[in-house]
Amino acid sequence: MLQKMMTGALIAGIAAGLLAAVLHFAFIQNSILLGERYETGELVHFAAPEAAGDHGHDSAMAEDGHDHGSHEHGDEVGTFERNALTVGFTVLLYVAYGMLLTAGFGIAAQFGKRITMTEGALWGLAGFAAFQMAPGMGLAPELPGSAAADLASRQVWWWSTVVATGLGLALIAYVRNALALVAGALLIAAPHVIGAPVLDAFYGYAPTELGASYSARVLGVGLAVWVALGAIAGRQWERSNLA
Amino acid sequence: MNTTTQTQSKTLLAPVLAMAVIGLTVLMAVGHAQSQTLHDAAHDMRHATGFPCH
Repeated sequence: MLQKMMTGALIAGIAAGLLAAVLHFAFIQNSILLGERYETGELVHFAAPEAAGDHGHDSAMAEDGHDHGSHEHGDEVGTFERNALTVGFTVLLYVAYGMLLTAGFGIAAQFGKRITMTEGALWGLAGFAAFQMAPGMGLAPELPGSAAADLASRQVWWWSTVVATGLGLALIAYVRNALALVAGALLIAAPHVIGAPVLDAFYGYAPTELGASYSARVLGVGLAVWVALGAIAGRQWERSNLA
Repeated sequence: MNTTTQTQSKTLLAPVLAMAVIGLTVLMAVGHAQSQTLHDAAHDMRHATGFPCH
């Protein structure tokens, strides 16, 4: 049983991850590279050039962004290696999401729900809402060169939002009564009522136009990939007679 | 019919837990772990998939 579930999750995760990688290089990577040129101060948007060195934290990160892993490898990491790592980690990420989706299918199956390709695509939509859309409404996808609040508190908020949104959607989709609807809506709303950790002031270096287009592209790519992931995982589930 | 459902329920619990634990572990490692090496390697992916990165 585990082997069947794992195979399905791997197939769906690898396929979705490769799709994500293609879309990443079509829509996102150029914005990251452009954002980094603002982050390092090579390009300047309104602010004086020396402002780029003012924030110890950000300029340290800018260095990381600029020559990845140079400390480990002792020389500048080439574009090929950087992009290969991006493809590899993107596939790993969607394999992880595929496993969580498949585990979710298993829980639904415990309650007698049948998972098909269509159901899977809907699960993919819900996964996108829980893992990208809802956290993104508080913590917009970060273009390098934008500023953000303390990392640990953002990670806590990210996880809380993912869990609350996922549970809320599951209640609304599968319990089907008024109480579940209200409880689900409250769960989904709660993280946003509490509010994501934000800065008191904005001091990102990158232009707002670039940041806005970046966030929209990240969410668009995420939506497409999540629906594909869910549909493929659902199809695999159905074909392995797990449904 | 009832027996089949019960058997399936029992056999599904362990693999579901295993999948969830492995999936969460991989997700923590690729998305959230702050080891410098992991952070640098996963940097572009984290930015591109909405994780809080640094």
